Amino acid sequence: MILHTINRSPFGSSCLQSCLDVAAAGSAIILIEDAVYAALPNTQYTDQIAAALGKHKFYALDPDLKARGIHEATLDGIESVDYDGFVALCTEFSKVVSWY
Amino acid sequence: MTDTEHKKPKPKKLLFLNRRAPYGCSLPREALDAVLMASAFGQQVTLVFLDDGVFQLKKKQDPADIEMKNLSKTFAALEMYGVNEIYVEQASMQKRGLTLAQLLIPAQFIATQELSLMLEQQDQVLSF
Amino acid sequence: MLVIDGHSIATDKEGYLKNLNDWSKPVAEAIALQEHITLTHQHWEIIELLQGFYQEFEISPAMRVLVKAVGQQLGKDKGRSIYLMGSFSESPAKLASKIAGLPKPTNCL
Repeated sequence: MILHTINRSPFGSSCLQSCLDVAAAGSAIILIEDAVYAALPNTQYTDQIAAALGKHKFYALDPDLKARGIHEATLDGIESVDYDGFVALCTEFSKVVSWY
Repeated sequence: MTDTEHKKPKPKKLLFLNRRAPYGCSLPREALDAVLMASAFGQQVTLVFLDDGVFQLKKKQDPADIEMKNLSKTFAALEMYGVNEIYVEQASMQKRGLTLAQLLIPAQFIATQELSLMLEQQDQVLSF
Repeated sequence: MLVIDGHSIATDKEGYLKNLNDWSKPVAEAIALQEHITLTHQHWEIIELLQGFYQEFEISPAMRVLVKAVGQQLGKDKGRSIYLMGSFSESPAKLASKIAGLPKPTNCL
C-alpha cells in the first residue's frame, strides 16, 4: 500500500488534484508543509476532499498546521499527526510517493 | 525652505504584492523586511495580499515546532512603522474560506478590478 | 568575540551578539565600553524599551520608529533624535540595539 505525501498548497499547485486523480482506493494521503491548507473548511476544495475521505485515510502534520494557525479548525476526518506519527506512517506503508 | 528640504526626493508610491503562503519559502519574510525598510525611509507604502499570500495574515500562527520565526509578530509592527494601507483580495479570501475577522491585523477587502486600477496608480510595484 | 569573567561570547563582525540569550548587564557594559560609552540610567531605559520592542515585534526598530516608541513610552522630551544621539552617538538605533543584545535593525543598510 502507498502513502502519498503532498507539500504544496492546493491553491497554487496541481499536486493535490493530481494525487487525488492517481491515488488508488485504500492508499493514504498525508498533507505536509503548505499542503496543510487543504485541511481548511469552507474552501473550494472542501467538497472534493470530503468526497475522497471515503476512499483514502487523510492525515495532516500538526507542526505545520500550528505554524499556519489552522490547527484549531480542520475538516472532520483528517487526522493530525506529529513528527513521530509521520515516521510511523512511513514505515507502516510499503511505498511512499511524494507530490511536490 | 532650506537646502536639504529642497533636495529631499519626493516619496514614491510603492505597492508590495504578496502572493505566497507564509512558511513555504522565504519571500514573505523578505517582503516584510523590504516593507519596513521602505517605510522607515519615508516612502508611501501599500501592502496587498493576493492568492496564498492572504494566509500570511491568518491569526494564531505558531511556527516554533517547525523552527521558523513568527511573521505575525512583525506584522503587528506595521502600525508603528506608519503602514496602514493593507488590502486582501476578496476572491482569494473567499476561495480559502477566510474572513476579515480571522486576520491578525486590520485589512480591507479589495476587488480584482480595484486592484488592477491600484497597480496603475503606483510609482513601482514589487512582487513577492 | 567578547570575554566576560573568563567566558567568551560570540559576536558577529560588527559586534552584535550571535546568540541573544548570551546577553546580561555585564555584557551590555562591555559592548558599551568598546563604543566608549559608560551606561547610565538614560541608557538603561532605552535598552529596556528596545528589549520590550523586540519581544513584542521580533525586530529591532529603525531610527524613526525608535524615536516614536521612546516618545510614546518615555515622554516627548526623550522622543527626539537629538536626545538619542546624545546618549548613543550618531547612529542610536544600531548602537542601542547592539548594546541591548539584539540584532541590527533589519531596515538599516
